[in-house]
Amino acid sequence: MSAFSFLPLLLALVLSPLLFGVINRTKAIFAGRRGQPLLQTYFDLWKLLQKGAVYSRTTSWVFRAGPMIGLAAAVVAATLMPLGNFPALVAFPGDFLLFAGLLALMRFFTVVAALDTGSSFEGMGASREVFFSALAEPALFVALVTLARQAGQLSLTTMFGLASGAHWLESGPVLALVIIALMIVLLAENARIPVDDPNTHLELTMVHEVMVLDHGGPDFAFILYSAALKLWLFAALIVGMVMPATNSVWLDLLLATGGMFVVAVIVGVIESIMARLRLVVVPQLLVGAGALAALAFLLELTLKIHNAS
Amino acid sequence: MTTNLILVLVVLTNLKLLGSSRLGASIRVVAAQGMVLGLLPILAHWHELSLHFALLAAGTIALKGIVFPRLLFRAVREAEVAREIEPYVGYVASLVAGVLALGVSFWMCSRLTMPENIASPWLAPVALFSIFAGLFLIVARKRALNQVLGFLVLENGIYTFGVGIVAETPFLVELGVLLDVFVAVFVMGIAVYHINREFDHIETDRLDRLKG
Repeated sequence: MSAFSFLPLLLALVLSPLLFGVINRTKAIFAGRRGQPLLQTYFDLWKLLQKGAVYSRTTSWVFRAGPMIGLAAAVVAATLMPLGNFPALVAFPGDFLLFAGLLALMRFFTVVAALDTGSSFEGMGASREVFFSALAEPALFVALVTLARQAGQLSLTTMFGLASGAHWLESGPVLALVIIALMIVLLAENARIPVDDPNTHLELTMVHEVMVLDHGGPDFAFILYSAALKLWLFAALIVGMVMPATNSVWLDLLLATGGMFVVAVIVGVIESIMARLRLVVVPQLLVGAGALAALAFLLELTLKIHNAS
Repeated sequence: MTTNLILVLVVLTNLKLLGSSRLGASIRVVAAQGMVLGLLPILAHWHELSLHFALLAAGTIALKGIVFPRLLFRAVREAEVAREIEPYVGYVASLVAGVLALGVSFWMCSRLTMPENIASPWLAPVALFSIFAGLFLIVARKRALNQVLGFLVLENGIYTFGVGIVAETPFLVELGVLLDVFVAVFVMGIAVYHINREFDHIETDRLDRLKG
């Protein structure tokens, strides 16, 4: 292991808040506004870290632990995620299960911290969050299992080494379906527009934001930062599938980093051209994502058997 | 490769039909499915292309892609319905059932022995899935128009199976099938209109009660 193996993790830690900046800038351009600075999320984080925290007397240690555990889980998950074809810091067979598990842990503690406040609004948001993610998780798992099956590998790093032009020709439909499913999961898990509007502060429509209403100061900075990391991780999933390997490792890294921001621009475009879905339609979208992933898995299964015979 | 793409599109359109409540969108999806399937005979028999397959493709596209949607849209206009409000099986449940049917059809076809020169390994499962999806739509929806769409999807499944697997069907038989479907859709369109005029709705679950 050389010092360079830390690069994907380092890039994730440094650049992830910039993704929000790129999304917001894309939305601003679409709306004909100038928009906030690209580095706004960094300023926000700095401002929040300067502040002190206020805790309600009704909350317990769970409320204080939530943001910290969430951030820790996100950072550990970031060590497992390769960037394009650049291997992750830690890679072992089955690490994609740990990856999904860490994200689930992060969500669990956000939800528990929200419930700990005893606020009825936060309970509502928590219930929605859990409902949506229960539907999004099967889609994520089936998509990852399809990738694992395709590569014959059980580690995120080796799963992504496969992308190339020839591979796309061979099983293009499968890859396209998986990417669409993962994109929907990305939008749902990161509380982006067709599922949840990150800008709204009307409690009736909020899902993710409502759960963190009572967090302030450094705690909220932690939450904001781990949300950025989470977006980075999901974008890395998609970029890893698409990016073909070039001859140079550095070119790979550059392309992959660029790809991350392309994903952010796509998210921004989706947010600009779509309205937020009604709450009752969201499960349909997520089950649809699961159906796409299941279709990809079945297609992949049949293709393998056919090629083998 | 292109055959595979068509088959994936067919599965996607079926899933969309299972999960959508708007009649107009559903009719357009069925039309798109028919058009895409019209290309299938040309692509599946690319190496032995003859006038026969070209005519079949042209006939399929004209009927399923243009004539049927027009007939159905007219029926929608006359019956003044825009969407199915309360199907027997909800839309999310329909989607889940669709995924299960997809799994079952892939499993069943993995146990069948297929001819050697089949155009795509996905052909038989997709055909079977279309048949299942069509049957499901006929059973699970209340509106007569949705059931007509289910019937069309079912027929598309049989068509996929025939075109892709049977190498040489007599031309007349295929034309006869197309004509049959045409007459069926035509009659159903008229029937929907008359049911609507008599009963002020086209929900088939209320037809088992006597009027008056």
